[in-house]
Amino acid sequence: MRILKAIFAHTSGRIGGFIVGLYLLLAMLGLFGLTPHNPLTQYRVDRLHAPSAAYWMGTDLFGRDVASRLMTGIGQSFTVAFFSVAFATLAGTVLGLAAAWFGRRWDGLLMRIMDVLLAFPAILLALLIVAVAGPGTWTSVLAIGIVYTPIFTRVVRGPALSLKAREFVDAARTFGSSSGYILTRHLLLNLVAPLTVQVTLALAWALLTEAGLSFLGLGTQPPAASLGLMLSDSRNLMETAPWLMIFPGIAIMISILGFNLLGDALRDILDPKMRRAIA
Amino acid sequence: MIPLLSVSDLSVGFGRKAEANEVVRGVSFDLADGQTLAIVGESGSGKSVTALSINRLVDFGGGKITGGSIRLRRGDGGVLDLAGAAEPQLTKIRGAEIGMIFQEPMTSLNPVLSIGTQIAESFRLHRGLTGRQAIAAAKDALDRVRIPDAARRLKYTPNQLSGGMLQRVMIATALACNPRLLIADEPTTALDVTVQAQIMALLAELKRETDMSMIFITHDIGLVAGIADKVMVMQNGQAVEQGELNQILDHPRHAYTQHLLHAVPHFASGKATRSDGRREKAPDAEPALKVDGLAVRYPVRSGLFGRATGAVHAVDGVDFELMPGETLAIVGESGSGKSTTARAVLGLVRSTRGSFSASVRKAAAGQSALPIQMVFQNPYASLNPRLTIESILAEPVIASGGRVNAETRARMTTLLKRVGLPENSLERYPHEFSGGQRQRLCIARALMLNPSVVVLDEAVSALDVSVQARVLELLVDLQREFGLAYLFISHDMAVVERIAHRIAVIYAGQIVEIGDAKSVLSAPRHAYTKKLIAAVPTIERRRQRFELDTRQVPSLVRPLGFEPGPAKWDVFGSDHRVRIEG
Amino acid sequence: MTYLLRRLAVFPLVLIGVSIVVFVAIRMVPGDAITAMLGTEAGLLTPQQRAALAAYFGIDQPWFVQYGRWLLGLLHGDLGISTTYGRPVLDVILERFPLTLELALLSMLIALVVGVPAGVFAATRNEKLSDLGVRIAAMIGQSTPNFVLALLIIYTLSAGFGVLPAMGEFAPLWQDPLRNLGQLILPAITLGFAFAASVTRISRSAMLDVLSDDYVRTARSKGASARSVIWRHALPNALIPVVTLSGIEFGYLLGGAVIVEQIYALPGLGRLVLDAILQRDYALVQGCVLFIAFNFMIVNLLVDLAYAALDPRIRLGEN
Repeated sequence: MRILKAIFAHTSGRIGGFIVGLYLLLAMLGLFGLTPHNPLTQYRVDRLHAPSAAYWMGTDLFGRDVASRLMTGIGQSFTVAFFSVAFATLAGTVLGLAAAWFGRRWDGLLMRIMDVLLAFPAILLALLIVAVAGPGTWTSVLAIGIVYTPIFTRVVRGPALSLKAREFVDAARTFGSSSGYILTRHLLLNLVAPLTVQVTLALAWALLTEAGLSFLGLGTQPPAASLGLMLSDSRNLMETAPWLMIFPGIAIMISILGFNLLGDALRDILDPKMRRAIA
Repeated sequence: MIPLLSVSDLSVGFGRKAEANEVVRGVSFDLADGQTLAIVGESGSGKSVTALSINRLVDFGGGKITGGSIRLRRGDGGVLDLAGAAEPQLTKIRGAEIGMIFQEPMTSLNPVLSIGTQIAESFRLHRGLTGRQAIAAAKDALDRVRIPDAARRLKYTPNQLSGGMLQRVMIATALACNPRLLIADEPTTALDVTVQAQIMALLAELKRETDMSMIFITHDIGLVAGIADKVMVMQNGQAVEQGELNQILDHPRHAYTQHLLHAVPHFASGKATRSDGRREKAPDAEPALKVDGLAVRYPVRSGLFGRATGAVHAVDGVDFELMPGETLAIVGESGSGKSTTARAVLGLVRSTRGSFSASVRKAAAGQSALPIQMVFQNPYASLNPRLTIESILAEPVIASGGRVNAETRARMTTLLKRVGLPENSLERYPHEFSGGQRQRLCIARALMLNPSVVVLDEAVSALDVSVQARVLELLVDLQREFGLAYLFISHDMAVVERIAHRIAVIYAGQIVEIGDAKSVLSAPRHAYTKKLIAAVPTIERRRQRFELDTRQVPSLVRPLGFEPGPAKWDVFGSDHRVRIEG
Repeated sequence: MTYLLRRLAVFPLVLIGVSIVVFVAIRMVPGDAITAMLGTEAGLLTPQQRAALAAYFGIDQPWFVQYGRWLLGLLHGDLGISTTYGRPVLDVILERFPLTLELALLSMLIALVVGVPAGVFAATRNEKLSDLGVRIAAMIGQSTPNFVLALLIIYTLSAGFGVLPAMGEFAPLWQDPLRNLGQLILPAITLGFAFAASVTRISRSAMLDVLSDDYVRTARSKGASARSVIWRHALPNALIPVVTLSGIEFGYLLGGAVIVEQIYALPGLGRLVLDAILQRDYALVQGCVLFIAFNFMIVNLLVDLAYAALDPRIRLGEN
C-alpha cells in the first residue's frame, strides 16, 4: 500500500501507472472476449472500413474489427511478456544468487555461460530458439525468457555480491546463521527492490521483443491477433488504410512507454541514490 | 585596519524554502591577516556549511545565503561582499584569493587527470601560465609541500598516491596562487594519526612562510590546540562561543564547550586510564580468550595464469591473552592488521596458522552460548535494513538453534532497556534510529547469547564525539555488570585510553608493544609507539611543532615461504613487553 | 595489460561455447536441409541422390563428427559451404557485412552526436523546464520500437511528401557514395533514434552523479568556470557508462538489424541470418552466429580499451 501511494505521488509513476493499469484492463477484456466485435469475424462488406462509430479503429483487409483485434492483441502480448519475464526473473535470481554465493569456479562458469548468451543480439537469439521450437505463443515465452535470463542473473549477482560483503552478513556469520537464513533474509529480502525495478523495465523489453517476433511472423500465428502481426500486415496497405498501422504502432509504443515510466518511478522510490548533501 | 574577512549575521538555508530550512543562523566572526580561526562542532552543527558559504561553493550543493554579509578585503584594498557577489566575480576569487582543502583527499582529486595537470590548472586560471611554464610552476608547488621526487610525481594520477600524499597535493593546489585565505574543512579526519601530524606540521610551516590566514574546521577540539589563534564553537547552526584559543580551552563559558572539553574523550598521555584492572586481583584465572601465533596471509597473484608469487603477511605471529572482565585494546593505523586480527578471531577471515581458545561460560538455562560476539564499525551497514529490530535480535538465537519464545522476548526488552533504547523499539526498522542508537542495538544483539568475549571493531569510530562518550560509558557499565571481556580494536588513542585495561600496539602485522594501558601510554618504549603517541593531538600541547617525516610504511608483501624469526621481547615492569627489532 | 590478456584468453572459450550451442540448436530445427534447399523438387530425388547431396554438404554424419570437421575447417578459415548460395559461407558473410557495419557506425554517430550534448545539457539544467523537455523526449525515444518508427517515417514521407525511401539494388559505399548514403540515412535515423535516447538518459544521469562528486567541488574551489567544470572535469568521468552502453548497442547492431533491414529492403547481416535459419542453411547459420559473436567480443574488447584510455584506475589494473 505504501508503495502504491509513493507511485501515485511520483509524476512519471502516476502516468506510467495509469497507462499500465489501462492496458491491463484492455488485456483482460481482450483475453475474456469482451471486445466490441468478435476479433475473428470477417465483416466482408465492411473491408478496409475507415474508423467510424461502428468500427472505432476501422477494419482490416478481411473486414475484421481493428479495435477488437487490438484488444486481444494486447492480451496476447501481455501474456507473453508476463510469463517470459516471470521465467527470466526466476531463472536469473536463482542463477545470480548461486553465482554470488558459491563464488570462484561456479561464479566463473555461470557468468561465462551468461556471456555466451549475451553475445547474441536479443532478437537473433529469440529467432534461433523459435526456429528450433517452432513459432507460437509458448515458444515466444520460452525464447524471450531465455534471452532476458542473463540480464536478471547480472542484476542479481552484482548486488548479491555486495550484500554478501556487508557487515550484517558478517554479523550473521559470527552468530553461525545458516546459509539458507542468510540467503533469504539478508540477500533475497534486500534484492526485492532492485528486482521490482528490473521486472518493470524488462516487461517493456519483452513487449518490444514479442512485437518484433510477431512482426517477423515468428510469434503469434494468424488468424490470432497480435500487435506485431497487425503492424506487419499493414505495410502494404499503408497508403490506403493508414489506421491499420497507426493504431497498433501507437499501442505498442504507449505500452512500452508506460512500463518505462513506471520502472523509472520505482527506481526513484525504491532505490534512491544517496544524494550527498554538502553539509 | 579592516580585517581580511568579516562575516556578520550569516544565515544559510537549503532547499526550495531556504528561509524556512536554515542550517546556519546568525554567525558572525572577523579574521585578521595571518590569523587562524578554528571552527569546532559535531556533524550537523553547520561548521562546514559556514565554510562553504565563504567561497560560495554552498550554492552548488543546493544551499542559499538567506541573510548577512561576508566582507572580504581584496588584494587591491577594496572590500567585496561575497554574499551578494555574482558567479563570474566569484570564479576570479576562488583559488586566487581563497583556497580550500577538503576532508577526503582520495575523492577530492579528479581520478582521470594527472596531479600535475590539476595543480597547473590553478596557474592557468589565475596566473595565465601555459604549457611548460604551468608545469614548471606545478613542480615548484609540489616541492613546496615537501613531496619528494616532484618532477616524476607530476605525471602520477591520484590512485597512485597515498591519502597523506594526496592531501599534500590538495594543499599544493589550494596554495598555488598564494591565496590570502585558506579554508581547511576537516583536512585530516580521513587520515591516520601519524599522517595527520605530518599534514598539521606542513600547514603550520606553510602558514609561517606565507602569512596567510586560515579557517580550520574540525570536530576534534584536541586538534585545535596545535594550530588555532581563535576558536569558534558551533552547535545546531549557531556559534555558541568564540574567543582566543587559551580562553576557550581553559575557561570555557558555554555549557556545550565545557561538554566538548570534559565529557568527550581527549588523549591525556595515560592520565585517564581505567583503574579497575583485574590482573592483580586474580593472577591465575583462566583467560577468556587466548590467541597463539595467529597469522593471516593472502597470496599475491601475478602474471597471466595468476600464480602465487608472494604473500601479503597481513597478520604475522600475533599472540595475546584476554582475561574475563578485561579490555584489551589493539591499536594501530590503517593496514596494520588490527581489523584482520579481530576478523580472524571470529572466523570471518581464514587464518593461515595459529590457535584460539575461548572459554565458554555457563549459559543461562535453556540458552546456548557462543563465547565470542562482535560489534562492527559501521552502524549503518551492520543491521539489515529490511528486518525489524525483533527479527534482528532474534537472529543469534535462531542461529544457535534456539526458539523465539516469551523468554527470548523478555531478554530482548531487558537488553534494549539496558542499552538505553525505548521499549517500543522491537517493531521498528533500523532506519528509524540514529547512528548511536544503532550501535546500541548492535551491542544488544551481541549480548543476546550471553557471550564471554565481545570483539569491538572500531565500534565507536563512526560516531560523533559526544555520542562516542556515551556509548563508551555504556560499554564500561555492561562490562562490569556481565563480566565481559572486550577485544577493542581502534585507531583512536583518546578512546582507547578511556576503555582499555591493556593495550597492544600493532604495526605491519605484528604486535610491537603490549602491556598495562597506563604504562604503555605514559611511557612508550618502542620507536613506533613513541611516534604514534607523539602524533596524537591533545589539549595540553598548544602550538606544538610537529616534525616532518616522509618515511613510508614498510611493505607487507613477502616472498613465498617467508617466515619471520621468533619474536624477542624486552620486559619492563610487571606487565609491559616491547618487541626487540632485529 | 594482464587484464586484457586474460580477456583475450576467454575469447576462444566463449566462441566454442557459442558454436556448440548453435551447432546443436540448429540441428534440432524440425525438417531437413535438403528439403528446405530444394523445396518441392526434393520430392523428385532418389534416396541415393539425396544421400549423395547430404554427403556433399557433410550433413550425413552424427553432429559431433560434423562439429569436429567444422572446427578443423575453422582453423583454416573455412566455414563451410552455404546450401542456399552454393558458395563459401565466409564469402557470403563478408559480402553482407560492409552494409551492416556502415549502418551500425552511422547509427552510433547519430546517437552520440545527439545524445551526449543533450544529456549534458539536461544535467546542467537539472529540474528546470528544459531538462524536463529533454527527459520527456528521451523517454518517448526510448519507448519507440524501431519498426514502428520505420513505418511511421515511411508513411510520413509517402503520405506527406509523396516520396518513397530509396530502395532497389543496394549501392556499396565505394561504388556510389551518394546513393549509398541516400539508402542508409533513413535506416540509420531509425536505429539511431532509440539509441540516442538511451545515450541521452545515461549521459544525463552519469553527469548528475559526477557533478556532485568531491573533485568537481575541488575544481570549483580553484576558480574553474562552469564550462571548464563540465567539459574538462566532469565529462571525462561521466563517459564511462556512456561508453559501456554505446559498446553494447553497437555490438548488437553489428549482429544486423533484422527488422529494420527487412522494412527498408536492405541486404544486411540480419536478414541473412533470418533467411539462413528459415532455410535451415546449417553452415551459414553457424558461420553467421560465430561471426556475430566474434564481433560482439571484439567490440567488448574495444570498450575495455576505451575504459583504459578514459580512466587511469582501470589502466593500472585496479578492479
